[in-house]
Amino acid sequence: MSSEKPNQQYKPVHTNKVGGSPFTGVTGWIDNRLPIIRMFKHEYLDFQVPKSLSYFWSFGGILTICLILLIVTGLSLGMHYKPDAKYAFDSVEKIMRDVNFGWLIRYAHMNLASFFFIAVYLHIFRGLYYGSYKEPRQLMWLIGIVIFFLMMATAFLGYTLPWGQMSYWGATVITNLFSAIPLVGESVVTWLWGDYSVGDAALNRFYVLHWLIAFLIVGVVAFHVIALHIVGSNNPSGIEPKDTRDTVSFSPFTTSKDLVGMLVFLLIFVAVMMYAPNYLGHPDNYIPANPLVTPAHIVPEWYFLPFYAILRSIPDKLMGVIAMVSSIAILGLLPWLDFSKVRSSVFRPIWKQCVFLFVLDFFVLMYIGGAPAEGIYLVIGRIGTAFWFAFFLILAPLVSLIEKPLPMPDSIHEFEEWKKQGKIKTIKLFSK
Amino acid sequence: MKLFCLKFKSVTLIVIFVLISNVSFSKESNVKLLKPDWSFNGFFGKFDRASLQRGYQVYKEVCASCHSMSLLSYRNLAEKGGPEFTAEEVKAIASQFEVTDGPNNDGEMFQRSGKPSDRFASPYPNENASRSANGGAYPPDMSVLAKARPGGSDYIYSVLMGYEEKTPENIKLEEGVYYNKYMIGNKIRMANPLSEGVIEYTDGTKASQKQMAKDVVSFLTWAAEPHLEIRKELGFKSVIYLLILTILVYLIKKKIWLRIEPKV
Repeated sequence: MSSEKPNQQYKPVHTNKVGGSPFTGVTGWIDNRLPIIRMFKHEYLDFQVPKSLSYFWSFGGILTICLILLIVTGLSLGMHYKPDAKYAFDSVEKIMRDVNFGWLIRYAHMNLASFFFIAVYLHIFRGLYYGSYKEPRQLMWLIGIVIFFLMMATAFLGYTLPWGQMSYWGATVITNLFSAIPLVGESVVTWLWGDYSVGDAALNRFYVLHWLIAFLIVGVVAFHVIALHIVGSNNPSGIEPKDTRDTVSFSPFTTSKDLVGMLVFLLIFVAVMMYAPNYLGHPDNYIPANPLVTPAHIVPEWYFLPFYAILRSIPDKLMGVIAMVSSIAILGLLPWLDFSKVRSSVFRPIWKQCVFLFVLDFFVLMYIGGAPAEGIYLVIGRIGTAFWFAFFLILAPLVSLIEKPLPMPDSIHEFEEWKKQGKIKTIKLFSK
Repeated sequence: MKLFCLKFKSVTLIVIFVLISNVSFSKESNVKLLKPDWSFNGFFGKFDRASLQRGYQVYKEVCASCHSMSLLSYRNLAEKGGPEFTAEEVKAIASQFEVTDGPNNDGEMFQRSGKPSDRFASPYPNENASRSANGGAYPPDMSVLAKARPGGSDYIYSVLMGYEEKTPENIKLEEGVYYNKYMIGNKIRMANPLSEGVIEYTDGTKASQKQMAKDVVSFLTWAAEPHLEIRKELGFKSVIYLLILTILVYLIKKKIWLRIEPKV
């Protein structure tokens, strides 16, 4: 039986979208079929960027380079490393001793992890100070927090791989945090370990997950960058660009400036890696893992110390874990807790103080995280933790409510003029 | 308000600086370590070959009776940047040791003299044997020891020089435990290993305690970081390269930005 209705109007379909390339020749032929070339031109050559970006805006590019270098060095290390409790330590030492320039690759990977965190902390500070989390960039900010969580996970997993004393005991302490989950905690920990203690099974899966999460980061970073190209960069004035007087094209202006930032960062990184490669690590990690000997102080890597301090400042284990996780997750609420219409701290005299106090708190907590959890350190740690949460939950909404912003220019080019006349001051990483 | 604002910024910066300069939290030792003038420190640090060779002699004749160095092979002794013994010398050194090899075609393990490719012979077959021979204490493997202690080379040197005739009155020592000024916890199961005249250097250098300690710590530092020399050399070159590149790129950037800046 035919149900065809001869008079019905069918909508035409175009499954073939070949064409539309501004290029000719081979480039055009490829671009007509796979429009990545015009996309690249559009997003990276002609892309308009606020003119007023400072060197603080280099960290996005710097982080991308760090991520690529981490993957390349990690891939090389992975070809020699053995994720086996019996051989892991020795295989790392083999890389350090016998593999051609293995020491360079391993020290690079190790120190890049630290420098990745240095860059990401400066990147987050930039966001806080200039209000980059505000409308319309909230989603980008949230994606950034997801990246930060993934980074922490992969950094922790990576630190366990050399199977030194700190690897082993760090893994034991951190995985044991899951035992704080009510009812099923113990079973969850056993499931995570694949055994009844941290051992061979755990090491093997940590290695697999270290890789997996590294590539998840690449994926989420892609979302972060795509979102950036939709909402556009914020800038020190916090004012959206209006016309061509306010912007420059991404290349060659931003690219040349980013390159300077990247090279300076690379210079510092190379100097540390070549002259103090173990400065940011812990000597105990050169002692092979020994389940029978607990180190005097189990200390996480420096970049975890502020959050470790928050964990330890709460006497209850479950509440401590919740506090630690929410101390980062709470960043995600900031776009809604801080509802001031002004983005940049340049025009927010009170919020500016709060951000500096927050940075101070971060470093104080970092110090406390490395100190023994007793006496005065515990008291300071608790004050620091309280301030951390108060910054988001009390100061952000309160300041948005009571603060009177300073007079603002109408546009970015006017902002630049005011800067030249010395009417406003911005933070500079390098002076001109 | 402005003054107030500046204050927080500078307070933050000062605190950050103080915290960073105090980052290593070694609560254990409040004593200042001895810091000899190591030839391998600094931007152009290099090992003193003769000292490394003497250091190996100290290790072989003194330390090796209790401490293993299982990550090193005899061939390493001939490698560039190390003690740089000649290939013949290394063969001779290796052949002094008996090594268990096998199984052979009959399925038997057999003894043979060492080859340069063999790992350093260990004094004990396993950790338990070593503990039982040393009153329960385990003499640590020394392959990466110089990187595995806070203070590194300075710490090991200080411990070697830190034995004192008189034990302070407030410290009680059990049988077979010695007082050491620099050891973490001040108690050590190892008796002073480097008493004057315990060895005689083949190159004629006077084997004072200080000399032996310095030589053996140099040797241990090389063992822990065999590529230290090339690392520092390469480090210097790359820093200079990057410095010049950065300046050039900065000048290019300035020139590029001149295209728009006059219009502002």
